[in-house]
Amino acid sequence: MTSIFSINTVRFVVLLLLQVLVFSNINFLGYINPHIYILFILLFPVKNNRMTIIFLSFLLGLSIDMFLDTGGINAAASVFIAYIRPVALKFSFGALYDHQSIKFSTTELGQRITYISILTVIHHFIFFSLEIFNFSKILLILENTLYSSIFTILLCILITIIFSRKKKK
Amino acid sequence: MQQIVNFIIRNKSFLLFLFLFLVSLGFTIQSHSFHKSKFVNSANFLTGGIYTMSNNFSDYFGLKQQNILLQEENNTLKSLLYNSKNAKDSVFIDSTRFNKTYRFISGQVIRNSYSKTNNVILINKGKTDSLEQDFGVITSKGILGIVEKTSAHNATVLSILNTTTRISAQLKKTNHFGTISWNAKSPQYIQLTEIPQIAPVIIGDTIITSGRSAIFPKGVPVGTVAKFNLDTAENYYEITVKLFNDMTDLEHVYIIENTNKNTLKTLLNNRDD
Repeated sequence: MTSIFSINTVRFVVLLLLQVLVFSNINFLGYINPHIYILFILLFPVKNNRMTIIFLSFLLGLSIDMFLDTGGINAAASVFIAYIRPVALKFSFGALYDHQSIKFSTTELGQRITYISILTVIHHFIFFSLEIFNFSKILLILENTLYSSIFTILLCILITIIFSRKKKK
Repeated sequence: MQQIVNFIIRNKSFLLFLFLFLVSLGFTIQSHSFHKSKFVNSANFLTGGIYTMSNNFSDYFGLKQQNILLQEENNTLKSLLYNSKNAKDSVFIDSTRFNKTYRFISGQVIRNSYSKTNNVILINKGKTDSLEQDFGVITSKGILGIVEKTSAHNATVLSILNTTTRISAQLKKTNHFGTISWNAKSPQYIQLTEIPQIAPVIIGDTIITSGRSAIFPKGVPVGTVAKFNLDTAENYYEITVKLFNDMTDLEHVYIIENTNKNTLKTLLNNRDD
């Protein structure tokens, strides 16, 4: 219990700082930034209470909003994917999720990619809809969602692969 | 009663989700209206402190360029000083002796942003340097934005690259004035509207601030006309202005305080009554 607690605390702080100090300043091709902090929500232990993750993702999103002066955009998007996470888990892992026995390091790569992609795309869509806040610019929203999602998904998969290797040794 | 409690317990995660989602939506909507992001902003103690720390490191990478910029500015100031001395010997030009309307405070950008639709810049001066809301911020090249929130040592600046910012500007050669806004497309160009159709606009014309608000003095450079066309009603020009400032590369800024602001405000308010 304590190890889960401490791992997630460290992850929370490290991802928050990485996001605001490094990843939000990349501006690839002028405007594409990955949002890797959602890894915290993606990798949060499945067995834990649903209330906890919803509240923690709100806290994480709000802290990022505070750093980036974005109102409540990150908070809203994170809370939303934290809430629908069980649906995505069920869709991508199927039977494993029913038995509540998922460990992300042991799942197949394909399933993991599906899972990360679903939540990332949803997160980014809400994020950009709220940031641009203008329904007549739906094309701009979709364009931003697509490019940033690709960037985020690639980085998330890379990070999970790098860190799961270390644990096995 | 029992049923209500049961309902709450059964749907507690949904209710928590709904509550937090609505709270964050509230913050979002607040942040989209001018000057209203109340407490989710980066000028506070913790976020400001962390940004200052990280800026202490990243400062060094741009040092050379910034020195060149400062030197350029010194050059222009020096040439102004000496030229005016030689040209008008008999005129009293020591401007420090006059009553100063505008006071300048120098500061540094510690976090820049230009890729969002509502960009906010963080600077390293705050209440202790007597900064307040609605002070203008410029660089040596041109206009930058307006101070929004201040904490003890930091302040957020609504950049001109913010869809909610409106600043009054005019043509340099005539006094036709309009409003600057940004359409969130490119950090190099902003839009100038409400210039009457009668104004003689040519591509390459210089745009400056008009001094019609109490925030900026008249004559702060903004940019040059890159493209212009009439709006649908054909009464006003819609002008695309190329900024003098490179908004992606900012370091040293000057904050402008208008010491006559309160007098101006009471004057205007009295007229409204």
